[in-house]
Parts: sequence; structure tokens; C-alpha cells
Amino acid sequence: MSLWSRLSNVFRGGDLNRDIDEELEFHIAEAVAQGRDPGEARRALGSPLRHREASRDIRMMAWLDSLRADAIFGWRQLKKRKATSAAAIISLAVAIGACTSAFRLIDAMLLRPLPVAGAERMYVAAREGFGPSGNLRVSESWEYPLFRRMRAAVKDSAEMIAISYADRTDLTFGSDEEMEKANRQFVSGWMFRAFGLRPAAGRLLTEDDDRTPGAHPYAVISHDYWTRRFGRASNVVGRSFRMGNDVYEVVGVVAKGFTGTEPGTFIDVFVPTMMNAYVGRSDASWFRALAILKPGVTAEPLRAKLHGISRAFQEEQARGWTGISKRFRERILNQKLVLAPAESGVSGTQTAYRRPLIVLGVLVTLVLLIACANVANLMTAQATARSREMALRVSIGAGRQRLIQMVLVESAWLGLLGAAGGYIFAAWAAPFLVGRINGPDNPARVTLPLDWRVAAFSLALALGVTCLFGLATAFRVSSVRPASAIKGGDQPHAPRRLMHALIAIQVAFCFIVYFTAGLFVATLDRIANQSTGFSSERLLVLETTARTGQPPQVWDQVLDHLRSVPGVESVALAGWPLLGGNGWNGFVWINGVPTEVLAYYLGVSPGWTETMGIRLLDGRDLRQGEVYPNVAIVNEAFARQCLGGGNPIGRWFAKKAGDGATEDRFQVVGLVGNARYRNMREPITPTAYVPFHSLDAKGEWRPKTSGTFIVRTANMNPAALATLLRGEVSRARPELRVSNLRTQEEVNQQHTVRERLLAMLGLFFAMAALLLSGTGLYGVLAYSVVQRRRELGIRIAIGASAGDIAHRVTAGVLAMVAVGTVAGVAMGMASAQYIDALLYQVKPTGLGAIALPAATVLLATFAAALPAVYQAIRIDPATMLRAE
Amino acid sequence: MPKTDSLQGSLDLLVLKILSRRPHLHGYAIMSAIKDMSGDVLRAEEGSLYPALHRMEEAKWIRAKWTTNENGRRARIYELTATGEKQLETEESRWNAVTSAIQQVLRTV
Repeated sequence: MSLWSRLSNVFRGGDLNRDIDEELEFHIAEAVAQGRDPGEARRALGSPLRHREASRDIRMMAWLDSLRADAIFGWRQLKKRKATSAAAIISLAVAIGACTSAFRLIDAMLLRPLPVAGAERMYVAAREGFGPSGNLRVSESWEYPLFRRMRAAVKDSAEMIAISYADRTDLTFGSDEEMEKANRQFVSGWMFRAFGLRPAAGRLLTEDDDRTPGAHPYAVISHDYWTRRFGRASNVVGRSFRMGNDVYEVVGVVAKGFTGTEPGTFIDVFVPTMMNAYVGRSDASWFRALAILKPGVTAEPLRAKLHGISRAFQEEQARGWTGISKRFRERILNQKLVLAPAESGVSGTQTAYRRPLIVLGVLVTLVLLIACANVANLMTAQATARSREMALRVSIGAGRQRLIQMVLVESAWLGLLGAAGGYIFAAWAAPFLVGRINGPDNPARVTLPLDWRVAAFSLALALGVTCLFGLATAFRVSSVRPASAIKGGDQPHAPRRLMHALIAIQVAFCFIVYFTAGLFVATLDRIANQSTGFSSERLLVLETTARTGQPPQVWDQVLDHLRSVPGVESVALAGWPLLGGNGWNGFVWINGVPTEVLAYYLGVSPGWTETMGIRLLDGRDLRQGEVYPNVAIVNEAFARQCLGGGNPIGRWFAKKAGDGATEDRFQVVGLVGNARYRNMREPITPTAYVPFHSLDAKGEWRPKTSGTFIVRTANMNPAALATLLRGEVSRARPELRVSNLRTQEEVNQQHTVRERLLAMLGLFFAMAALLLSGTGLYGVLAYSVVQRRRELGIRIAIGASAGDIAHRVTAGVLAMVAVGTVAGVAMGMASAQYIDALLYQVKPTGLGAIALPAATVLLATFAAALPAVYQAIRIDPATMLRAE
Repeated sequence: MPKTDSLQGSLDLLVLKILSRRPHLHGYAIMSAIKDMSGDVLRAEEGSLYPALHRMEEAKWIRAKWTTNENGRRARIYELTATGEKQLETEESRWNAVTSAIQQVLRTV
């Protein structure tokens, strides 16, 4: 209770004083009652003030009491200068808020452990090797038969879990018209037990639900999906839904908090791996393999063991490989198995955003430092203005420590208020940013709790920045020499030196932020304006599915029907849209010999090239009635890399069919311009466009369950036709249903989401940095003009020219700006290497990349300097000297 | 008035001892008791009594409460706590050890 009573006494200081006084008064009264002289009694007792002080110090924590006094005094100081305090707090709030948001994102995406048992012992297995184009590639995908062997082999030291890549799929709880999208994952049945998860309703999947291929149509849904889709209705257990050709029964809901193992995506539906069509195939890799090590097991021996099994498996497989060259075979066999820690889960979003998030974190830190420098300058200016007050405090006995404490407490007010504002800012900004990751129809979702981690981070940041801008000022203030300060002749240059150094730092950081932002904007510009090779305007993409495979006439009938819809200019059919994320590839064979070229294929209908606006350079388009294989149109890259660059028309090539044995042969009938197939960054792939409809080896139609209608509308706004077209597809053939309808522009933009996000945030931070540095510079100049009024007035009085005055006012600062810019360029160059991977066709060392931000920073400098210079020139010597 | 430094270091002991015999004394009464019981030899300096009392209170050797005396004045009276009793024992034995040691020195020299 002692600590508590001393603590609480701090906040009842008034009562305490009264208590002490009363006790002392009683003492005197008692002495007088004993017949002593009141005066003598008082003298004997000594000064009541001294007693009070001595007793107070015993009965409360003196430091806390002085802290309380300083806090009140600091608060009054802030209130006295409302405008500057508000400006300081707001700039700190924005900067701390940005930092906290970045921290929340980094924490959620990269740091926070998954809420599962043994997360700290979780690893993800991957194969590291050289890809087809010779670059180092890490693949996390595995084949199920191999996984089964690996799991059995390491059973004693680790539990292996197969978890497929999250995909957004169609499913329906009712009729086919009520199809909806959900994020699905195929998972090992024993995953729930291994993760120590409990059901919120029903039961979870077990090992018994994952034994026989195709025999376990059971699903567990996530708590989030249960809440969002069913309002936590208890009757969801036992309901069934159809996904693809299978009808699944919902057996349970997993407890709140578990949203899958992929940061960035919330899984809605978990189904057993045995329900995946590829589960029996040794040539299909479609899931990640996680390993939870038993306690005390080290990763390396486990890795070596798994590597051996993987290598043996691939050597077995290699005997069946016919479609690839010897060199390529060696590459595959020489892949190395690696185990990477996966405490916070693994996802593509995580990989794609790791570096951007770190870059973002650095940028916001720089902005925060700029804001700190501003506040430090502000405080220094104010402290100098208060130097007489400080001198007086020292004269009447204030210790150095007390003065430092006083200034620090005042800084802490700014820091804490800024952090509080920042916390609120981050509460809004972090979810806002997450919503901008990925596309609008499938935004990224991460758990972003505002918990103690965030609060602690904000608080630590507040204390950190307080020390940053408070300490220098505090030491300067505490070293005040009362004699000289009270005379008014305190060393006038010292505070300005500190301010100038801070200006140089601000300019350097501002340059780096601007430089980085410029690179991101340029990258976005290059990527977005990159030629796709086709024309996206007025193009609608209708991804269509059928419950069961449909013959060509069904698809053609819809195609014809859509052509007759008013407002439609042309329609074509393709396997999937270009840049839509799907792909189909195979090595090209020429004259029975495999080449090392991996070409991409796409099934298309006649008229597709025309609808897409892809130029036909030679030969002809596909014709009605032509079926796969037999004929193909190839792009320029294909002609150059596979067919030697000469006239490709009439040449033959082949690819191995899916079973690896039969050979599909094609004759080139047309040559078209290059168009982007997979993404906006990689070089254009050799591509062959083949007929959409295909015959199998026995000469029978291969029914198709999915296809994409490409519609070019006459109207400039294709989205206006969306609803109509969606209905027309089902009206023409009820078997078909549009599962996803987008404009081609939207499809393209998915490839630049990260670039747009970086450019947007980069610009925002660049603006903030520029604004903060500008105001900081302005403040310092204005302050120095006020400080040097006397000197400048005398100079003007004895005939200094305006140019001379302007030079005197700005010379020191401009030198600092120059130093800062040079330092910024150097640091920018040094850091450019790290962000290189995020750039596209932009050279960080290019003149443009440096000159533009440098020019902007310098221009802002001049703009910020003007008012102060103007003020200096306008000093009226007569008025000024009279005032002195 | 001559300074009485002989109380140096033993004020706590005296206060504790007096309060153990006669609880519920106020500051002035404690001071008077020291004077009376020592036959006017020892005199607690009035200026150092109250800080000492407050320090012992914070150390929880004694506790204080407010009462109203016959004249209607509020007085702050003190009494020993259990901790204070233990403290008194240690202080007493320490004092005895010190004085007997000093005695021994005085006898032998």
C-alpha cells in the first residue's frame, strides 16, 4: 500500500498540504496550551514551508509529483500556442498513423503467427531449381502420390499436411441460377487435428474423411463465412451445396479466428484433398506441403530425408518423360528441396507484398522522421524564445535534470497526442489499404485486430519520437547560462546550427521519398501503357460454365445468339481470357524432336483474333468446322523461337497431349502479332491459338464445361450491356451460365494492382514529405529572420541591397538544402537496388529519375524561402531600431 | 537552547518505544514524553520530529488517524503497527549491542 499511497498522494497534493499544515498548527496550539510563547514555539518548529516540503517528499513520490506539475505546465504551454501545437500534433498524427498502418499491415501479412497449435514449428516444403528460361525458381507445389510417401517417411518426426492454393470457385446451395463465389481450399483431413482446432458447430474433418479419392464429399466452412453468408444459423450443418460436379455436405464450422493458412485470403470452404481430381496423378502439382515438426526435432535432417524421397520419386517419373530435352530433365532432377519457416502462413499475396510492404514501412518512417525534425525545430525556436524564463528557473535553483524533464514532458504531450491521432488514423487506413490489394471482385482480406501489439507499437512510437525531437532541445535548454541569457546576449548561432542540420536531414529524406515515389509512378506508367497487343476497349469477358460438359453445337448456338443482341459488334469464344490468369503450355516438337521452347496454347473460335483486335500478319484466320488439333495460328514470338523466323505458314509442329504419349500435330495457317497472354511484366511468350472445339483420339467431341465469350460492344461503355448479356447466355442455352463477367480493362488492371497501390501511396507520402519539409524550412527561415531583425535592420540602414539581404538570410539554409539533396541522391542510389525488383523498365540511376525529384525538392525549397526573404527585405530599420 | 545531537539515529527507537507503551499520542505528546521520560536530558528537535513520523508512517511502522480532542481541535495521533513492533525489537537489540560495545570500550581503555 505504501507505493499506492505515495502514488495516490501525488494526485491529492492539496489535501496532503492541508493535512501537514493542520498537524503543525496543532503542534503550535498544544505548545501554547502548555504555556510556551507562540513565537518561540514557531521558531522551535522551524519554517512550516520546509516541513511541508520535507514531509511531502516522504509521503509522495517526488519525481511523480514534479512530473505531474510539468504535465500541467506543458499542457498550458501547448494551449498557449494553439496553432503551432495543432500543426505539430496533426503532422505527427499523420506520420505516426501512417507508420502504425504500415506496421499493422506488415504484422498481419508477415509477422503474426497463425492462430494454430505448433505454428512456431511449422515449415513449408519447396523445390528450388532452375526454370525453363534458366532463372532460379522456387516451386511450392507438390504431387499427391509423392506427398503420401513423404508423409509416411517422416511420420515420427513431423506431421505433413497438404493444403491446396486458395481459389475462388463457383458453388450453389440451391439451384444453378443461384451460383455464388467462395474461396475454397482442399486440405488434408487431419489438418484440423494437427492445428488443434475446435468446431464452432458440427464436427471438423478427420483423417477418415480423406482416404479414398472422390469418396468424401464433406466440407467444413469458416466462422467468417458462416457469419457472413448464413448469419450463424445453426441449421447450416447438414446443408449441401454443389461445387463442380460434386454435391458436398457441410459437416461443421471451424472455430472463430482460423481463416486458412494464406495471409491475404480468408478461406470460406475446406474440403478433403481426396475430392481433388488430381489427387491420384503423379504429374500434377497443385498444393503446398506444410510440415509441423514434433517438439525437439531439427529441420535439417528432416529436409535431407524429404529431399531423398522427392529425388527418388522424380527419377522414377523421369523414365516416363519423353517430351523434354536432356538438359531440362537434368534441371528438374537437380532441384533441391528446401524447408522454409511458415509460422505466419504462406501465400502468394505474402510473397508479392513482402517487399512493397517493407519499402512502404521505410518510406513512412522517413516521413515520420521529417515530421520529427519539424517539431524539433519548432521546439528549439520556442525554447530559444523562452530562454529568459529558463535562465530565471536556473537562477532560483532549478537543476539541469528538472529542466530536461520539463521540456521532455512538453514533447511527450505532442508525441502522445500525435500517437493517439495516429492510432485513430491507422484504424481507418489499414483496412482501407488492404481493400486495395488484389482486384475489386476479390479483395484481399487479413485479420487486422487493433490489439495490444498495435497499441504498444503506437505508444513506443510516441515515446521514440518524443526522445527524437525532445532530447536535443532539452539539452540545449538545460545548458542555458543565466547570466548571459538574462542580459539578452545568449549565443545566437547555436540553435540555428541545430536547425540547419535538421533541415539537411529533412531535405535528404524528402528526396528519397520523392525519388522512390517517382520510380513507382514511372513503373506504373510503363506497365499500364505497355502494349498488350490487343485492343481492350469496349471488350466484355463472359466466363461461362456448364454443369456437365457440353458439345460444340451448344457453345456455337450461344455464340450465334449473342451476335444478334443489339449493341454487340462482334463475339468470339475462347478457353479463357488473355491475362485472365489461366494458362496451358507444353514443349514444342518439330519433326519429332523436342525443342526447349515452352509455348502457350489457347483454344479460340474463328473470328477471335478479329474481335480481340489482334493483327493478322500473314495467312488466314481459323475457319468454321476446323477442330483441334490439325491447325493453329501462331504469334510472332512462336514463329521466331520455334520455327526459325522464316515464313511459318504451312509449317508443322506438335505437342504432347496430357497423357504424355499421344502427339497432337498442327499446321500453321496464320501468323498474328504478339499479344500478352500471362502477365504484363514477362517477355511475350510464344503462343499458338488452336481451335476451341476438339476431337479426341477416337474422333469424338470432347465436351467442354467452361469457355469464355469475348464480346466487343458498339457502345463506348461495355458495362452497360453486362446484365443483358448475362441473361442472354442462359436464355440461348439454359445449360450454360455466366460465372464471372468483367470488362477486359478490369482483367488487365489486375496485373497492375500492386504497381498502382505503390504509386498511389508513394505519391501520397511524397506529398506529405514535401509539405512537411516545406513548412519546416519556412518555419526555420522565418524564425531566423525574427532573430536577426536587429542585425538585418542595421545592414539595411547602412545601405545593404535587397539581394544582399536575401543572400544573408538564405545562404546557410540553401547550403544545407544542397548538402541534403546530395546526401539524398546518394542514399537513394544505394537503396535503389532493393526496390529494383518492384520496378519495370525504369532505371533508378537514370538522369530523369534523379533530376525530377531533385528539381521538385529545390523548387519547394525556394517557394518555402520566399516569404521569409520578403519579410527580411521589408524590415524597416527606423521602426526596428526604435523598438529596440 | 543548546542543540541536543544525542538523539541522532535514536529518534526512531524512542518514538517506537514510547508508542509501544502509550499508543494514540499526537506529535506534541510524543515530544513531551521523550523529554519527560528522559528526565529532561533528551530533547527531540521539533523540526525533525514530523518528517521522522511521516517517514515511519510511510514505512508502515506506525499508522496515524485523525481524532478530535476535548477542545474540538483535530489532532493526528499515532500508534504502532505489527511491523513497527518487529522494527522496535530490532532497533532495541541493535541499540543494546551498540551501547554495550561502547561501554566495553570505555571500560577497557
